[in-house]
Amino acid sequence: MLARRNPQLNAHGELIHLLSIEGLPRAILTQILDTAGTFLSVNDRDVKKVPLLRGKSVFNLFFENSTRTRTTFEIAAKRLSADVINLDIAKSSASKGESLLDTIANLSAMHADMFVVRHSESGAPYLIAKHCAPHVHVVNAGDGRHAHPTQGLLDMYTIRHYKKSFNELTVAIVGDIVHSRVARSDIHALTTLGVPEIRAVGPKTLVPGDLRDMDVRVCHDMKEGVKGADVVIMLRLQNERMSGAMLPSAGEYFKSYGLTEEVLARAKPDAIVMHPGPINRGVEIDSRVADGAHSVILPQVTFGIAVRMAVMSILAGNDA
Amino acid sequence: MTNLLLDAEALYGELKLGVARLMTPDTVLVGIWSGGAWLAQRLNADLSTGRPVGTISSTLHRDDFGERGLGAVEAATSLPFEIDGARILLIDDVIASGRTIRAVVNELFDYGRPASVELAVMVDRGGRELPVAAAFAAAKLTLPATQRLSLAREPDGRFTFAVKETT
Amino acid sequence: MKILIRNGRVVDPASGRDEAADVAIAAGRIVAIGQVPADFTPERTIAADGCVVAPGLVDLAARLKEAGPGALESELAAAAAGGVTSLVCPPDTDPPLDEPGLVDMLKFRARKLSRCRLFPLGALTRHLDGEELTEMIDLTEAGCVGFSQAERPIKDNLTLMRAMQYASTHGYAVWLRPQDRSLGGGVAASGAVATRLGLSGVPVAAETIALHTIIELVRQTGTRVHLCRLSSAAGVELVRRAKAEGLPVTADVSINSLHLTDVDIGYFNADMRLTPPLRQGKDRDALRAGLADGTIDALVSDHTPIGDDDKMLPFGEAVPGATGLELLLSLALKWGAETKLPLAQALARVTSEPVRVLGESLGSLGQSAGRLVEGGVADICVFDLEAEWQVTAGMLRSRGKHTPFDAASSGTRMPGRVRHTLVAGTLAYSAADATTA
Repeated sequence: MLARRNPQLNAHGELIHLLSIEGLPRAILTQILDTAGTFLSVNDRDVKKVPLLRGKSVFNLFFENSTRTRTTFEIAAKRLSADVINLDIAKSSASKGESLLDTIANLSAMHADMFVVRHSESGAPYLIAKHCAPHVHVVNAGDGRHAHPTQGLLDMYTIRHYKKSFNELTVAIVGDIVHSRVARSDIHALTTLGVPEIRAVGPKTLVPGDLRDMDVRVCHDMKEGVKGADVVIMLRLQNERMSGAMLPSAGEYFKSYGLTEEVLARAKPDAIVMHPGPINRGVEIDSRVADGAHSVILPQVTFGIAVRMAVMSILAGNDA
Repeated sequence: MTNLLLDAEALYGELKLGVARLMTPDTVLVGIWSGGAWLAQRLNADLSTGRPVGTISSTLHRDDFGERGLGAVEAATSLPFEIDGARILLIDDVIASGRTIRAVVNELFDYGRPASVELAVMVDRGGRELPVAAAFAAAKLTLPATQRLSLAREPDGRFTFAVKETT
Repeated sequence: MKILIRNGRVVDPASGRDEAADVAIAAGRIVAIGQVPADFTPERTIAADGCVVAPGLVDLAARLKEAGPGALESELAAAAAGGVTSLVCPPDTDPPLDEPGLVDMLKFRARKLSRCRLFPLGALTRHLDGEELTEMIDLTEAGCVGFSQAERPIKDNLTLMRAMQYASTHGYAVWLRPQDRSLGGGVAASGAVATRLGLSGVPVAAETIALHTIIELVRQTGTRVHLCRLSSAAGVELVRRAKAEGLPVTADVSINSLHLTDVDIGYFNADMRLTPPLRQGKDRDALRAGLADGTIDALVSDHTPIGDDDKMLPFGEAVPGATGLELLLSLALKWGAETKLPLAQALARVTSEPVRVLGESLGSLGQSAGRLVEGGVADICVFDLEAEWQVTAGMLRSRGKHTPFDAASSGTRMPGRVRHTLVAGTLAYSAADATTA
C-alpha cells in the first residue's frame, strides 16, 4: 500500500487546502485559531477590511444550498479585500448537466484563486482539489456527512475563548451525529486538541455504536450524557429525520434529547451551550436555554467570520 | 563596517532625549511590534506621559504577503485610545526600506483619521525604497545587506542589539 | 496449424502434473504433452523457456457491457492479454440477455474474433426486472450456462423461489449475488472507515441475510446455486456450513475483495468504489482462507469496464466496478504466493475449479476446458512466473482503465506476465507480437 501524503498539505507541511480536520497536525489547528484572534479585532475597527486577498478571486461553489454559510464566507472574503463570485449550482437529482470536473475546469479558466465548496456527496472537495489548477486553494464548506472543517474550527475557537484550556474538558455532542459533518469535524478537532472526554449523545438510530470507532463515548441517555459537561454542543435535527423512519416525531425527540434548563442543570455550573445553527426551538433546544446565560450561540457566528478569514488568509499565503 | 558593537542602552538614552523633544501634551506613543513596542512601553513609563501606550503590527498590511505568507500571529495591534484627531508618534527599533512603516500607517488608518503621524527610531540603517522619513533617529549607520539588526530585551528589561547574518 | 510449445514447465492442476515438457498442438487440440512424436513438424514453435505452460484461465465473471462499437473486440482482446481463454459474462448487457436471439448474436460475434470462448449467463427474469421468468430452455439451447439477475434485485422471495424451482426442474444453475435490496443501498462497507469518511454503509447483514434466504430456498427446492462475490467472513462461514450440509452450492470471490480492504479507499478514491464494497481485514483474511480450503470454489475478475466520466465523480456518485481481466492471473498468483500454496493449487482456482462449477452446462467442452489433457482442447496460457509489473492505464487493452490496483492507487506489485495465449489452438495473444494485440 502506498503511503499517501495528506492532500491538504504541501511538501513543507503547510496548509494548501482545508478539506477536513482529520489528519491535520495540532500545530496547524492552533495556527488557525491564533490567526483568527487577530482577525477578530479587525471586525471591531472602523475599516473592517485588510488587503491580504486583494486581487484574488474567491468562488463560492455551493452545490447544496445554504445562504447562511455562503454569506459568512462572502463576508470573510470581502473583509480580506477579495473579489467574491457566488455560484449556486444547486444539484437536482433529475438533471446531471455539466460534470463536476468540467465546472471546475471552466472556473479555473476564469482565473479563480480559491474555491469554497459545499456539496452533498462526501469527498467531493477532494476530487476538486485533486483536479484543479495547482495554485488554486479549496476550502470545504461542508461535504455530505463527512466534514465541515471551518465549523469545527470556529467551535474550537469558541471553546478556547470561554474555557481557555482543552486539557480537562468534558464535551457532549447531542443529536443526529451519524449524519452530521459538523459532529465529525468537532470530534476530530477535539481529539487533536487533546480533549479527554468526548460524548456522543442521542438515540441508537442517530448515534450508533459504530461511532466508538471515532474514540467517543456513546450515550443514549441525555441526562447521563450531559452530566458534568463543560461544553454542550447541540446539533440541529433535520426535517427528514423527523419524518418517521428513524424517529417517530419531533415531540418525542424533545422529550428524550431536548436541552431544557432542567437537563442543563446537570452539566457544570459554568457550562457553555453551543449550536451550529440554525436552531429548531422546541425540537433540540428550549428557547430559554438558547437565549439564556449559558448560550454562546451568537458569539459563535462572530467567531465564524474571523476563523474563515484566518483560514483563507493562511491558505492564500502558502504555495502548492 | 564589521563587528560593530551597538550599545542599545546608550542609544535608548539618545532616543529618549529625541522623543522628549518631539512630544506635545497630546502625543500618544505607538510602538511597532516587536522591538518598537518594547521601546514605546519603556519610553512611556520613563517620560511619565500619563497616557496609555499603543502597540501596532504591520502583519495585515504587509506588501510581501504573497511571498512570505502570514507569518507570526503574536503580533497584534492594540490601540487603547481614540485615533480620530490623535497626534501619533510611532516608535520603531530599526528603519530600512520603509515598507514596514507604510504598512503600519495603513493599519493605523483602518482605525480612524489621526491629526498627525510622526516617526522616531533607534537606528536608521538607510536603504529607503519608499518616501518615508523619521523625524528623529538615535543612530544612522550602514550595514551590509546580509546583516539583520533587531532589538532584544533581557529579562531585567535592558535592551541589547542582535546582529544576524542572513543567507 | 501445428504448434509446438517447447521447454516450458507444464502445470495442470486437474491432474497434478508439474514438470518440464513440450506440448504439441494440431487442429485445435493438444496431441501430446511430453512424448512428442518425432515426426511432428510444427508450423510454429513457441519458446517457453523459463515459463509456465498452464491451461487457459476460465473467468466466471467478466462484464461485457456493450458500450459502443468495438467494445466486444477490446474486452475480448483484454481477456486474451490476460491469459483468459473462457469467460462467463453476466446477463446485464444492453439489452439484457433475455432472448435467445441476443445470445446467439453475442456468441457468434465472439466466435468470429477467436480471442476467448464466451459463455453467457441468461437473464433469470425478463428485462432483469425481477418479476417474470424467461424462457430458460430456449436460452440454454442458445448457449447460456446458467441464469442470473446480475446486480438487479428480484421482486420478492416468492418470485425467487419460483424462479429457482423452475430452473431446477431442468437442472439449470442459478447464479445469485447475495445482497439484501434494502440493506445494500450504501456506498461503502459499514465500519470505522465509512463512519469516518461519512459514507453510507452496507452492513454485513446485507450479505448474511440474503445468504440465509438463498440457502434456505436451496434446501427447499434443491436448486443448484452459484453464489457470486462473497465479501465477508460471516458469509464465508455460512457457505461452509451449507456445503457441509451437502447443499448444491458453489461460490466465488473477486480479485478486489481478495486483496483489498476498506482502508484502501484512502481519500475517497473512486477506483475503490466497488460492489460488493471492500470490507475489513478480518473479512479479507476469511475470504483468502475460504478460497484456499475450497469453501470458495473460484476466483473471478469481476471485470467491469467503466469510463472516466463515470468514475471521476465524488465517491458516492461514481459507478461501482473495476477492470480486471488482465489482472486475474497475477492476482491469483499473488494470493497463492502469499498464502504459501503450491502453484497448481493457486492456478486451480482460475482453471479447473471454475470448470467444475460450470459442470454439465459446458457440455463436452467440460472434459478438457481448464485442463491440459492429450486429446483435449488447446486452450493454453504461457506465462513468465518471475516477471513482475505494475498496472498503469496505458498498459491495459480493456476500455476500462480504472482499477484499484493501479500503480497510483495501491501500487500493487503484480507477479506473472502472460507471454502467449492460445484458444482452440490459435494464437489469440502474444506479448512479443504487437499486431496480435
